[in-house]
Amino acid sequence: MSDRRAPHPLLLACPDCDLLQRLPQVAAGTTVYCARCHTPLWRCNTDSPNRTLALALAAGILLLIANTVPMLGLSVAGRETFTTVIGGVLAMWHEGRQVVAMLVLFTAVLAPALEIACLLTVAVAVRRSLAPPWVGMLLRSYELIREWSMIEIMLLGVLVALIKIAELATVIPGLALFVLGTLVFLLAAMAAVFDPRDAWARVAWTASAPNELGAQRLPEAMP
Amino acid sequence: MSAAPASAMSLGLAGCEVCGLVSRPPAGAAMARCPRCGERLHCRRPASIERCWALVIAALILYVPANLLPVLTTSTPLGGVSDTIMQGVIELWSPSSWPLAIVVFVASITIPLGKLIALAYLLITVRRGSVRSMEQRVRLYRMVKFIGRWSMLDVFVDTFVVALVQLKPLMWVEPGPGVIFFAGVVVVTMIAVNNFDPRLIWDLPQQEKQDHA
Repeated sequence: MSDRRAPHPLLLACPDCDLLQRLPQVAAGTTVYCARCHTPLWRCNTDSPNRTLALALAAGILLLIANTVPMLGLSVAGRETFTTVIGGVLAMWHEGRQVVAMLVLFTAVLAPALEIACLLTVAVAVRRSLAPPWVGMLLRSYELIREWSMIEIMLLGVLVALIKIAELATVIPGLALFVLGTLVFLLAAMAAVFDPRDAWARVAWTASAPNELGAQRLPEAMP
Repeated sequence: MSAAPASAMSLGLAGCEVCGLVSRPPAGAAMARCPRCGERLHCRRPASIERCWALVIAALILYVPANLLPVLTTSTPLGGVSDTIMQGVIELWSPSSWPLAIVVFVASITIPLGKLIALAYLLITVRRGSVRSMEQRVRLYRMVKFIGRWSMLDVFVDTFVVALVQLKPLMWVEPGPGVIFFAGVVVVTMIAVNNFDPRLIWDLPQQEKQDHA
């Protein structure tokens, strides 16, 4: 592929304990753990870019639907109100809690959208033999944004809100609620199938530094 | 497994925190960058302990108003009732919905406090150069990192209760000032965990002094 690939593609330092080790040859579907602290280091996935692309596309479509159709309705004394995720954000904003509104907007809408968009672009870009360095920027954004994408937590929050309100009025679950439920599983599958190690190996380097790593005998990570 | 375990740092190497590439930072250079992704390269996160302590203390301060101030105010023509997080949990406690009350209690009260205690414990043991139960401590770190985000639960509950119960003049719900502080606790503790460098747990005391920058 390229002469600028990692000189030791199987070498890695554990992110949690810094133990230097090399990756063993394992069958697809195997997860490799750090030999010292047992942190999961890498999952060997087959056909990662294609599967990521498929799941990211599906997740993107569902996220679009989830944010356009009603999520929850309330019926009391002949009056009905409906809300969407954005509706919740707007309600918080109008009630004078702008900071909280922005946090909800970010964690429930923007971060999932960015997470999906990043992986969608990366999955397309790494099909070329050597992806340009901006793909690396997207990969980096993906890692940063992931923990702020909280669809599953929001869904549980909606469920609790639903039960709190059910004592006062009739609650009508909307289509978006079921779409979001599906999206939680799709996002989890997308993250599981995506192989950042493989994607990074296909990205062009920003600097062509020789990496003289020496020839130490290294422990092997455990499958 | 025949070779002696060695950290990348002790061999003069650094694993990039963004792309995972192991490379040798040029000797004597003030700032090295990862040759693959261009990220700043350091053996350990700079000022990890100090930053993490600062954020833990900030979160602890925010934790007090987050629990004392009301998060929701329910109003009817007859008057209004303000609920703090704990009162919300008690209200949710009924024969049918008590499991959810436990979930909210754990996510809103136990997790934030547990996270602060766990981080303080990790910071103190790292500063002391403790060599005991390293594996359990790194497991604690991973747990804190994994479950910390679930504290956002109450922020979402409040948001959607406020969005739905807008039936003026029959009944309406307004968010209280507590929700801002509570959201602050969640965000600050998440950033605090991100600033903690778990690799410090494994550094032996004499090694730590060698290259701390």
